[in-house]
Amino acid sequence: MTDVVATNETILVVGGGISGMTAAIEAAECGKDVVLVEKSPALGGRVSQLYKYFPKLCFPTCGLEINLRRLKANKRIRVLTLAEVQSVTGEAGNYSVSVKIAPRYVNENCTACGACAEAVTTEIDNAFNYNLNKRKAAYLPFNMAHPQRYVIDPSIIGTPEADKAKEACRYDAIDLDMKEEVLELKAGAVVWATGWRPYDAAKIQPYGYDRFDNVITSVEFERMMDPFGPTGGKLLRSSDGKEAKNIAFIQCAGSRDRNHLTHCSRICCMASLKQSSYLGERYGDDAEAKASIYYIDIRAIDRFEDFYKKVQQDPKVTFIKSKVANITLDEATGDVILHGVDTEGYHRYDNQHDLVVLAIGMEPSVDIKGIAAGVHTDVSGFIEVHTDNGGIFGAGCASNALDVNRSVQNATAAALHAIQVVNRVSAAEA
Amino acid sequence: MSDANTAMVEKYRNNFLKEVEANVEEGEWVKMCMQCGVCSGSCPFGPHWEHPPQEIFMMIRAGKRDEVLHSDSMWMCTSCYNCIVRCPRELPITHIMHGLANYAHRLGIAPKMNPTRRFAKIFWDNITKSGRVNELSLSLKLYRMDGWVSFVKKGLQMAGVGLGMFKTGRLDAMALFTHKGIEGKKGLHAMLKKAYEIEDKRKGLA
Ligand SMILES: Cc1cc2nc3c(=O)[nH]c(=O)nc-3n(C[C@H](O)[C@H](O)[C@H](O)COP(=O)(O)OP(=O)(O)OC[C@H]3O[C@@H](n4cnc5c(N)ncnc54)[C@H](O)[C@@H]3O)c2cc1C
Repeated sequence: MTDVVATNETILVVGGGISGMTAAIEAAECGKDVVLVEKSPALGGRVSQLYKYFPKLCFPTCGLEINLRRLKANKRIRVLTLAEVQSVTGEAGNYSVSVKIAPRYVNENCTACGACAEAVTTEIDNAFNYNLNKRKAAYLPFNMAHPQRYVIDPSIIGTPEADKAKEACRYDAIDLDMKEEVLELKAGAVVWATGWRPYDAAKIQPYGYDRFDNVITSVEFERMMDPFGPTGGKLLRSSDGKEAKNIAFIQCAGSRDRNHLTHCSRICCMASLKQSSYLGERYGDDAEAKASIYYIDIRAIDRFEDFYKKVQQDPKVTFIKSKVANITLDEATGDVILHGVDTEGYHRYDNQHDLVVLAIGMEPSVDIKGIAAGVHTDVSGFIEVHTDNGGIFGAGCASNALDVNRSVQNATAAALHAIQVVNRVSAAEA
Repeated sequence: MSDANTAMVEKYRNNFLKEVEANVEEGEWVKMCMQCGVCSGSCPFGPHWEHPPQEIFMMIRAGKRDEVLHSDSMWMCTSCYNCIVRCPRELPITHIMHGLANYAHRLGIAPKMNPTRRFAKIFWDNITKSGRVNELSLSLKLYRMDGWVSFVKKGLQMAGVGLGMFKTGRLDAMALFTHKGIEGKKGLHAMLKKAYEIEDKRKGLA
């Protein structure tokens, strides 16, 4: 049974992405007890799936490392992985929370040696790479995963594959009898940091994400650049395995659209500007490498303007002011043809590209209303600041479509709010 | 220039957007356009428009009254609704195009020889006369629209289709003489007259 101590003075942080980690660390460093609940087997969230992050273009592993160090050094944070909050009831200073914990089938003895993965032959979709490739059914979620512990996929439990994994383990770390548990916890305040998920690209019918191999999303593109990713860091087309050089980016794919997400996802302009700079990194001066950004308007807010200016100078990058109307396939080459009319002169175009990247919109990953009744959200489901929310505070992308910088600021603010709530509880009980 | 047109120029001096909002069906949506261009790219007749919808909306805002109202662009719309379905702001683009065409027509400044306008007029006269379309007379008038030579040419071209339709009872060969229309035509005509009156009064066209 998982043992967790939590009281009315504990802060519960839901979601272990950059926002949740930040909120947990900030609160704990102020002397508060924190339980950090993460649904997946490791912390890090979507940031860990990025190749580099704007505006400085450093690797996310760097930012994560600092946070993980602070987190590991702090005794006040209890991390639960594979754990999902099912319901939150009560009021500020007195919440009851039910948390479902899925079995990992691997205990603390694990040294991440990888013998179990070698022994197992079954492969499953690799969710970390947005299912672009497969991984073994005994796996480490990703290289920097915290906790550094393997996971046995439930699909092989009860099969000889699971027994093979167990036999291969020299540390007695595999426990095939683990069961799902439900914990009931107390908490004084809740920071809700469950983040975002990419909008379902297949719903944007004219772009044919579900019909054409060479239409991909920005999150997949990010994985392709990673040397440890599904393509070993190469920008390969899934139709024929050729390197893609003439690449189109379509902005507002699903965002600012009453047929899809009504809000502006805010980070996609910067994401495409960043990704267009990956071409120079991969192909150097190769004249065939070209990025074409199709946009309604570029929203590179405040300091990001400098980044935009720099990309505008890049001879590899062209900007086309137009929302693409539809995409068709060139059967002979597998190329994609983008059709539309631009706004600077109303020229009709039918442009052929090797690959098109949809700068996909962000939506909240969880509908909080089904978990904590009465929490206010906007039309898109992002958590709003509202006194009715009591001691529940949205943080990071659960509260809005934000970049990492703003997510972290927002999460720190949420931590402060939560601290104030538990301080009131402590004062009342003293 | 027609009197109605002169009156409107006087009334809305320099503010064509306001004029469109007040007089064109669904015209109040024009200002919502964010110039993304999806409508223009999605139009199957797109390459044949002098000014695609996105450009028309911008021209309205830029006060290009003559260019817009004399244009035959909006007459190209075939009501396929592709633009409405894809417009990220849900502008009723098809309806605005018809609204603009109708407004230009009412002002008497729509392109005289535009075939869509002429056919629409034939259709309107045909259906309002008896309350029900007389398809035979409608087709004949359509063929004759460009003169008797073209009438004979088109008639011969379509003879096979016409015969087939007669045979299967899709077209009544005697309709020119037997077409009855609806009961209570008088009532219909009175209603239409009233509707015109109300519209003219509201738009100041009377
Ligand atoms: C293509 C793309 C590129 C980007 N590039 C950049 C960039 O270069 N620079 C930049 O600043 N920003 C970038 N961003 C934005 C960045 O990804 C976000 O700002 C960041 O992920 C927000 O972190 P978060 O912790 O709020 O959410 P997330 O990263 O989504 O983390 C949420 C966490 O909550 C967990 N969770 C979800 N549901 C539950 C539940 N029910 N119970 C428990 N846990 C749950 C998830 O598993 C996850 O670990 C990019 C975004 C996209 C789409």
